[in-house]
Amino acid sequence: MKIKISLNESSSDFAKEVEERSGIKVRECYQCGKCTAGCPVAYEMDYMPNQIIRFVQIGAKREALTSRTIWLCASCITCTTRCPKEVKIAELMDVLREMSLEEGLANPLEKNITTFHKSFLNSIKKHGRISELWMLNEYKMKRPKTALQDLVVAPQLISKGKLSFLPHDIKGKDVIKRIFEKCE
Amino acid sequence: MRIGYYPGCAITTGSSSEEYGTSVLRVSQVIGPELEEIHDWNCCGASSAHATNHKLSTALSIRNISLAEKYGFKEILAPCPMCSQRLIISQKDVADDEKLKKEVEDAIEMPCNSGVKILNYLELIKNYCMDDIAKNLKKTPKDLKIASYYGCLLVRPPKVLQFDDPEDPKSMDEIVKAIGAKPVEWEFKTNCCGGGFTLSRTDVVLKLTNDILEGAVEAGADAIAVACPMCHANLDMRQKKIEKEYNRKFNIPIVYISELIGLALDLGAISLGLNKHFVETESVVNAFS
Repeated sequence: MKIKISLNESSSDFAKEVEERSGIKVRECYQCGKCTAGCPVAYEMDYMPNQIIRFVQIGAKREALTSRTIWLCASCITCTTRCPKEVKIAELMDVLREMSLEEGLANPLEKNITTFHKSFLNSIKKHGRISELWMLNEYKMKRPKTALQDLVVAPQLISKGKLSFLPHDIKGKDVIKRIFEKCE
Repeated sequence: MRIGYYPGCAITTGSSSEEYGTSVLRVSQVIGPELEEIHDWNCCGASSAHATNHKLSTALSIRNISLAEKYGFKEILAPCPMCSQRLIISQKDVADDEKLKKEVEDAIEMPCNSGVKILNYLELIKNYCMDDIAKNLKKTPKDLKIASYYGCLLVRPPKVLQFDDPEDPKSMDEIVKAIGAKPVEWEFKTNCCGGGFTLSRTDVVLKLTNDILEGAVEAGADAIAVACPMCHANLDMRQKKIEKEYNRKFNIPIVYISELIGLALDLGAISLGLNKHFVETESVVNAFS
């Protein structure tokens, strides 16, 4: 498959930027493809994990940060475990996701995933812990198309007493709020 | 022996995997060690934090370790492997990075110098409970074949977690043997179930879990044992949907390893939360006599 990429004068800095930020030795990768061979979600990705590493190596920042792949990585860490060059690929995906959000480049086709993360973190920010019902509620309001699929299990969870209506606020929730403020 | 208990959000009472917490605590009442909840713990941030904000993820995790240290715990049990993995990784990240450590201490408004050891549930059982299981064994199952499913987070990343073999772990199989059940050999022990994509990319979860369930059935398992709330939810709560999507029938019970230990100690099935599953667990309960 031919991929058209856009490089410019700042491209050469990208690998360095990623390495400095994460301590991950991206330039060590010699493209053996073992990460891709063992990736359980590769079948859904627009670029294979080894291609994402290649993008970083050659400075194709936009291609890496707008890919669906970085969001579809399930963080199972099989790639990092098996990499013969000890490149921490799963951890690299974390860094790329973070940079993608910072630059407003997150792929809209994986909006369900980014919205889920946001709803999840909002629940922690508010209560200090996850209140599953309220987290679900926020997520489903923002992604109504996903609401239908869980119409069957939600009432069952409630009837089994496994979906509490009352959020539990921790005593230190103000500290948690400040943690978010200092880290965001 | 007093160990700090960090339940995490998914397994506390009133949450989607409460039977895991219920059975862990019930078993510890009989064979120890004494578990004491870490006062005012917070969520570790799970995938959503580490996937989007490394500093936030580290600070949320470390606050719990610092609290444990403040209350004098030397060891913490985190039965949810998402929690145990995040806590251990964060501990290593601050140990390796002085700047990050300072930022985290500033954010959580507490020092973090901890040498607190974080245990997953299999490790707790292996380190403290094997003799007591043998001594207190009341019921052994008749010909119950179990597929031990470890998933991702108990064993990976191996360099950081340093627990069991990342490709062919054995610790859960040892526990299965200790209670008189038979572990089956199968190939999906550490395959990914799709974890946190259960709500956002359910299609991915259905495909991965279909493969795992098929692997267990082909290996002749009567049930799958797990030690992770996400694995459990995806294999148990989603099993009907998997069957519908792939037009087949599995009807295979998914049980927590703590529930199996509890049944062998003759603790009542309901007190272990075995009535809270989506797939009926009666065949497993009845195998113990």
